[in-house]
Amino acid sequence: MQIPVVRNILEANARVSDDLKALFAEKGILALNIMSSPGAGKTTLLERTLTDLKSEFSMAVIEGDLQTDNDAQRVAATGAQAVQINTEGGCHLTSAQVLAAVKELSIDGLDILFIENVGNLVCPAEFDVGEDHKITLLSVTEGDDKPEKYPLMFNISSALVLNKVDLLPYVEFNLERAGAFAKKLNNALKVFPVSCRTGEGLSAWYDWLRAARAAKKR
Amino acid sequence: MHELSIAQNLLAIIQEEMHKHGTPRLISVKVRHGRLSAIVPEALEMAFEALTIDSPLAGARLDTEEVPLVLACRACGKHFSPESTDYVFAPCPHCGEEIGHTVVSGKELYIEYLELDEAQGT
Repeated sequence: MQIPVVRNILEANARVSDDLKALFAEKGILALNIMSSPGAGKTTLLERTLTDLKSEFSMAVIEGDLQTDNDAQRVAATGAQAVQINTEGGCHLTSAQVLAAVKELSIDGLDILFIENVGNLVCPAEFDVGEDHKITLLSVTEGDDKPEKYPLMFNISSALVLNKVDLLPYVEFNLERAGAFAKKLNNALKVFPVSCRTGEGLSAWYDWLRAARAAKKR
Repeated sequence: MHELSIAQNLLAIIQEEMHKHGTPRLISVKVRHGRLSAIVPEALEMAFEALTIDSPLAGARLDTEEVPLVLACRACGKHFSPESTDYVFAPCPHCGEEIGHTVVSGKELYIEYLELDEAQGT
């Protein structure tokens, strides 16, 4: 006996993601899903952002990693609320994991929630976690052909942060090529060349955050 | 390895559907996955087997079928299937337009049907 089913296999993830979206909308929280390869500088970008915008916004971070709470400790050192999710081998965060982590946070009065995904340019792109925007981080040490190799992630992101530009004199990375290709994939993509070490370019990223935050506020 | 969490979601749906039909024995499940869904069928089958072993679903078969990638050209609107999975830069065989095409199919990931053993059903 064949039973036709025709159900989307990721419907459970999509449903919880929609629940999270509704919760964030009700509370007026801007939720950002931060994705990159391991080592591109997601946590460092968050440390800088949490420190520099501390007086403007109430911010919290959900950290996704396979193991350890090293990253949660790093961002908590800035004074922001932080919750660590260990995926125990899972290559991406799911909306159910994020929902569980959100319950650990006090979200009343929160302005921005950063969800730092597991370092991986492939799988996190497939799973929505209730975010308003996906942000992809790419560091100049990774090669400027990454947007060509991993198009989906750049295709669905609202902003691309090109980190470690202070290392440009030492690496073969054509900033224009990477940015141009990413823009071809996604014409609406905002590109921010920055150095989280020197602080170069961060003010443009902060302006984007302020605008996204203002757009979210009722 | 996102196949593991996909297999977990798959199992949850199977269990729900089987409960609806009086939990008869599962013979097989058919999954259709688009070429862009980045599913490796072998990895999904392995994850499915690992999750069902020693369970009432043990021995059930997972059949997979790929849904081809079909694009609609931005310029001329005609449909075509590019050879690679590069749907962003794919020259249209009809007019040569290279970018901005719309994905018509290839992103799917769904269960098409379950095959249940009626003998043990209600």
